[in-house]
Amino acid sequence: MPRRTDIEKIMLIGSGPIVIGQACEFDYSGTQACQVLLEEGFEVVLVNSNPATIMTDPAFATRTYVEPLDVPTVSAIIERERPDALLPTLGGQTALNLATELKEAGVLDRYEVQLIGADYDAIQRAEERELFRDAIDRIGLRVPRSDLAKSVKEACQKLEKLTLPIIIRPSFTLGGHGGGVAHDLDSFCSIVEDGVSASPIGQVLLEESVMGWQEFELEVMRDRADNVVIVCSIENIDPMGVHTGDSITVAPAQTLTDVQYQRLRDASLDIIREIGVETGGSNIQFAVNPDTEEIVVIEMNPRVSRSSALASKATGFPIAKIAARLAVGYTLDEIPNDITRKTPACFEPTIDYVVVKTPRWAFEKFPRVDAVLTTHMKSVGENMAVGRTFKEAFMKSMRSRELDVEMDDAAGTEEMLAAISTPSAERYDLIFELLRRGTDVADIEAATSINPWFLGEFEQIIAREQRLRGRQLADYD
Amino acid sequence: MNPGTKNRQRKSLPAAVALEDGSIYRGHGFGATGAVCGEIVFNTAMTGYQEVVTDPSYHGQMVTFTYPLIGNYGANTIANESGEVHSRAVIVREAHNLDRNSSAEQGWVDWLAQRGVVGVSGIDTRALTRRIRSEGAMRACVYWGDFTEDEVAARLEATPPMAGQDLASRVCCEEPYELEFLRGERLVVVLDFGIKRSIIKGLGRAGCNVKVLPAGSSADDILKLEPEGVFLSNGPGDPAPLDYAVTTTRSLLGKVPVFGICLGHQILCRALGLETYKLKFGHRGANHPVKNLDTDRVEITSQNHGFAVRLPEALAARLEAGRGGSTFFEAPPESELRLGTDFGDAVISHLNLYDGTVEGIRCREVPAFSVQYHPEASPGPHDSRYLFDDFKRLIESA
Repeated sequence: MPRRTDIEKIMLIGSGPIVIGQACEFDYSGTQACQVLLEEGFEVVLVNSNPATIMTDPAFATRTYVEPLDVPTVSAIIERERPDALLPTLGGQTALNLATELKEAGVLDRYEVQLIGADYDAIQRAEERELFRDAIDRIGLRVPRSDLAKSVKEACQKLEKLTLPIIIRPSFTLGGHGGGVAHDLDSFCSIVEDGVSASPIGQVLLEESVMGWQEFELEVMRDRADNVVIVCSIENIDPMGVHTGDSITVAPAQTLTDVQYQRLRDASLDIIREIGVETGGSNIQFAVNPDTEEIVVIEMNPRVSRSSALASKATGFPIAKIAARLAVGYTLDEIPNDITRKTPACFEPTIDYVVVKTPRWAFEKFPRVDAVLTTHMKSVGENMAVGRTFKEAFMKSMRSRELDVEMDDAAGTEEMLAAISTPSAERYDLIFELLRRGTDVADIEAATSINPWFLGEFEQIIAREQRLRGRQLADYD
Repeated sequence: MNPGTKNRQRKSLPAAVALEDGSIYRGHGFGATGAVCGEIVFNTAMTGYQEVVTDPSYHGQMVTFTYPLIGNYGANTIANESGEVHSRAVIVREAHNLDRNSSAEQGWVDWLAQRGVVGVSGIDTRALTRRIRSEGAMRACVYWGDFTEDEVAARLEATPPMAGQDLASRVCCEEPYELEFLRGERLVVVLDFGIKRSIIKGLGRAGCNVKVLPAGSSADDILKLEPEGVFLSNGPGDPAPLDYAVTTTRSLLGKVPVFGICLGHQILCRALGLETYKLKFGHRGANHPVKNLDTDRVEITSQNHGFAVRLPEALAARLEAGRGGSTFFEAPPESELRLGTDFGDAVISHLNLYDGTVEGIRCREVPAFSVQYHPEASPGPHDSRYLFDDFKRLIESA
């Protein structure tokens, strides 16, 4: 299926200001998309409120609007430009949300603008909690279980369908005040009781806890002939509970057997088809229970994301470029592989190296911000390192943070073990210090739930460091 | 001497991969000590190392893994594709022995040691792979222990090249056996040339019970069992010397539906009168794109073969010319995909998008089809599992 000829002018929405929680990835993806669409002979109308981007340079689009990214402004631009299509999947959440609002305001229908890449229904299914849960149910997978309760008695009845530990969140309170994680029935009852009284409407949300489960992401591409490929698998070293943007991540996944990996691959194919992302890339996140191998689906982004930027750089598979080509009608087997040029883009990259991504925080610049890492992303950038072993890639990545880490010698081992049980920017420096002091890996595993494979690698790094300590370069001649 | 000292002594023994072109890659030994020879090949899958080394199709070979870290999730019984390790040696960048994955029963290094398999780690597997790609799969000697250059050279010299070898008859079952499945409703006779367990599971999942016969069984032996379908299995070595299997297959065609995978595909093609040849370094991995010309869809496939079926010249030329054009792949016209065979018309049903080699064939006038790749995966993607159901449907429509 070659390039579509029924559309000539395509609007692209950028992602606006670079904010904490982004790594500039949407300028990267948007710029690539603009280039590809121009190359294919389309007129490209670009809207982005951020002039400090590469994509808003004059050569990257037929016409560029540096204007606010809101419905009235973009509607006016659509009225003036009359694009045939709107490509919303390359400008991050900002572009996706704006496209949804334009559709809901009737603007896209009024001016007969088609959404390409992902249509309105697919975006809704991926983004709306209930719709997503139903879609995942239909294909025999599941999201974390949850339910509502207004009393301890009701909550205990709901326990029949939920298993401990459970996260209890009072409805409509600020900062989760009055909630908590219950590991046994006693604490469950008391947290629910507190939560019900803390909530202005006397209600709590009970959610299955997947804290400590391992987190994996798969980058998926689909074309309009329904060919689907996995570009890359990514494993988060930090277990569930830390935003993937704040986790140290590794590509490809290191600790899964082929059977376990194929289960995630099968699930990803089913998910992208059921959600109905017609063309382009999506990122799907899974939590896997390391003991039972149970899988829950955490979320799906029906667009290119920070992880796709990492996956592109890690594998050489240019996700944004290819997503743009797929959106205008090509199929994966018609697009040449950027690296080989002799083979098609319809394949799954296999690599002979390891890639580690480490986030970089700037808590020193925000003294009042709580430095604990949670499901809300706080990093301001990231580095990516490539090595032939995990140890090599990990050490390169740690060094690339350009931090002078100083350890508090006076800190007690117990104190440090307590500190690493909460994810923080210093977590890995503390783990290394604990290993230097000879702390048992089992204790570190118990405190962090980090997969023992990674801890074993850290142990080897420290063992080598200690063998080298005190020696001179000349000693090696 | 305490075991620690013994282990240290063992560790300090030399370990290396010596190729027949004279190049040598030195590393560290793991697994068992010893010296083994065979054809050196590489596999690019990033998971499934245990499935790979227990696949009988690797008999007589030694696998280099291009993914650098091997052993991360340990070893377990379910991953075994046969009762033994067929790859004579394992060559890796870094070997791991942790057994902490929930499915692990043992560390990978211990598992290999227990089975007497020689491993070499610390090898620049990227350089080695590039060499195999440029020079072709070749004979090599992998050793861990004190072996002199002359000893290694003599062993290499005594190793037969892969081309021309009938290895199927060495790895197939000695006695017939049968397996019944819960949903089994059709009887399939499997001609075993070195079958992977996952293939039998795949047939079972599709609703077939199986009776497995050794490679050398005659058409009479097979037909006597009154099968509703016959399956030609995967297996090691060169299809060219397997005239006995070709003769058997020729007597089956038209009498009973036939399905073949990998070596089984090559045997079916030879039975139809087509030729096979040795690829320079083969296809071994879990990411090969194959175009299904019936559905126009691309399947990501698991592959493991060193020989292939020769394409008709016109088609080979067209595929070569089509590379790197504005649109990458254009399906050849049907007339060029058609083959005249000794059993009537056949058609090429699947093509490899990497190098345009034949990946599947279907007969039009007798009920028979086959694929070069591995729909049972293990390791690899499950995109092509439908082929087992296709076989059952073919049986039911016959």
